[in-house]
Amino acid sequence: MVVPRFWRERRSRYSLIGTRCPVCGTVYFPPRSVCPKCGRKSVGKMEEVQLSGKGKVYSYTIVHQNVIGYKYQKPYVMAIIETPEGPKLTGQIVDVEPEKVHIGMPVHAVFRRIAEDGKAGIIQYGYKFIPDEE
Amino acid sequence: MRDVAVIGAGETKYGEHWEKSLRDLAVEAGLKALEDAGIGAEDIQAIFGGNMSAGSFVGQDHVGALISDFAGLAEHKVPAIRVESACASGAAALHSGYMAVASGLYDIVLVGGVEKMTDLPGDMVTDILAGAADREWEVFFGATFPALGAMMARRYMYEYGLTREQMALLPVIAHKHGAMNPDAHFQREVTVDQVLNAPMVADPLTIMNCSPVSDGGAAVVLASADIARKYTDSPIKISASVAANDYISLHARESLTKSPSTIEAGKKAYKMAKKEPKDIDLVEIHDAFSIIALIGIEDLGFAKKGEGIKLAEEGQLYYDGDLPYNVSGGLKAKGHPVGATGVGQVVEIVKQLRNEAGKRQVPNARVGLAHNVGGTMTSSIVHILEVM
Ligand SMILES: CC(C)(COP(=O)(O)OP(=O)(O)OC[C@H]1O[C@@H](n2cnc3c(N)ncnc32)[C@H](O)[C@@H]1OP(=O)(O)O)[C@@H](O)C(=O)NCCC(=O)NCCS
Ligand SMILES: [Zn+2]
Repeated sequence: MVVPRFWRERRSRYSLIGTRCPVCGTVYFPPRSVCPKCGRKSVGKMEEVQLSGKGKVYSYTIVHQNVIGYKYQKPYVMAIIETPEGPKLTGQIVDVEPEKVHIGMPVHAVFRRIAEDGKAGIIQYGYKFIPDEE
Repeated sequence: MRDVAVIGAGETKYGEHWEKSLRDLAVEAGLKALEDAGIGAEDIQAIFGGNMSAGSFVGQDHVGALISDFAGLAEHKVPAIRVESACASGAAALHSGYMAVASGLYDIVLVGGVEKMTDLPGDMVTDILAGAADREWEVFFGATFPALGAMMARRYMYEYGLTREQMALLPVIAHKHGAMNPDAHFQREVTVDQVLNAPMVADPLTIMNCSPVSDGGAAVVLASADIARKYTDSPIKISASVAANDYISLHARESLTKSPSTIEAGKKAYKMAKKEPKDIDLVEIHDAFSIIALIGIEDLGFAKKGEGIKLAEEGQLYYDGDLPYNVSGGLKAKGHPVGATGVGQVVEIVKQLRNEAGKRQVPNARVGLAHNVGGTMTSSIVHILEVM
C-alpha cells in the first residue's frame, strides 16, 4: 500500500514548508530534524519556515527516457532551482519551450499534478516550476 | 589493525546473460576467485556480498544466504552478509571484508559483488536505479539517475566551459580499453562523433555518456597479509580502504561540480596508504556517467578543478599513458552490474598488478586506486592496492 507514502509528505509538497535551524539560521527543504552543521545543538529546535516559491534555474536537463509515470510528458525539463531562502529544490519546469530554459532563468513554483496514476491508482500532486513573466 | 591482502580474484564476463541467473553469476565469480587462490569454499570463514537491488531486479533478497548456500557452504555454517550502498555496494562489501580481516576476527574471507539487471524492461530498471537518489524529493518529481548526472554535467559546462566534444573523450578512451578486455560488456571502439550523435538520454548526456545496464559478478579472496604467501606468490596488499558519505540528494549540496565525499575518501586513503596521487600507476574511476568520472579525476587529486579533461586531451589516460584510466573499460565499456562493479574494479587492479592483464597491461604497474561511488557521488569508497 503506497498511499500513506504520498499522504505523509503532503504538507511540504503542497505548501513548500521547510525548516530553519535557529542556531545557524540555515534553511532546509525538505524539513529536517537535525541541522547537519550544528548537530545536537539543533535537535528539537528546528523551526518551520514557509518558502516563497520563487527561484532561479541552477541546472537543468531535458529527459528523453521512458520514465514510469512520466511517459506521456516526454521529453520534459527537470531542473534544480535555487531559492532566495537558501535551499535548492528538484522539480520540473513546465509551460516553456525546452530550448528556452537556461541557467539563471527566474521561475516560480505552481501546484500541479505530478505523475500519471501509478500502481496504486492515486493521483500525485506537488510543485512544478514555470517561468516568471518576462 | 593488521595488513590485508588479496590472494585470489575472479569475475564473470559482464553483459547481457540471458542464460545465467543471479546465483549462477555469483557462484561463477566466487568459484573463480577461490580457484585463483587455490582454496575451496570450505576454507573461508565469512562472506561479504555486495548487491544493490536483487529484491527489485529479480525478486530475491537474502542474497548472502543464497550465494553461500549455492557456493556449497550450507554445511559449514559460515556467516554470509549482504552489503548495500547503491552502485558502491561492491566496494562497500570489500570495505566490510577488509575490516573483518584487519580486525583479526577472520583470517580468510570471500568478498563478492553481483547484479542481475537485464531481466526487466528499461523503464523498470531506470526506476529501480533511481532508488539510489532521494525517492521522495528527487525521483518523485521526475528525476532519473541519468537526469541527475546530466544536471551535474550542465552545471560543470556552465562553470568551467567544458564542451560535449571534450566530455566525449572519456567514453572514447573507455571503449578503446574495453575493446581489449574479453570480459567487457562492449568490446568495440567508438569515435567522438559516435558519442555526440548517439541517442540523447538526458541532455547533454547521450547513451554513449552513460554506463550500460549489465549482468555480472566479481569476487576476491582476502587473507591477513602474514599468511597470504602460503596461498600465492603474488599477494596484492590493500593499503587503504576508506568510505565517506555526503547528502543523498544532489540539490542539497553546495556545488554540483565537486564531490566532497570523494575528496574526503581520497585524502584519507592517500594518508592511510602513505601515497600521493603521483604514486598511483593506474586508476579505476567510477564513470557511470562521463561527468562523474571527470569530477572523480579532479577530486582524487589528479588534476585541478576544471582541468581534468586536459589529461584526456593530452592522451595521458590511455593504458600506456601517464595516468592509465579505466583500463578495464570502466563502467562505460566493461559494464556496470551495479553491485559487482566495485569488486570488479579491484579484480582488474589485481590482474594489472600481477602483470596478467594481457593486451591492456599497464607497464610496470605497482600501485592502483579504485574509486566506486553510490548515488550522485553521495557515497564514495576508495581502495589503494599495491604489490607486496
Ligand atoms: C543509457 C541507457 C538509458 C540506455 O538504455 P536503452 O535506451 O533502453 O538502450 P537499449 O537497452 O534499448 O539498447 C539499445 C542499443 O544500445 C546499446 N546500448 C545500451 N546502453 C548502452 C550504453 N550505455 N553504451 C553503449 N551502447 C549502449 C545496446 O547494446 C543496444 O544495442 P543493439 O541494438 O546493438 O543491441 C541505459 O543503459 C541506462 O539507463 N544507463 C544508465 C545506468 C545507470 O544509471 N546506472 C547507475 C549509475 S550509478
Ligand atoms: Zn544549524
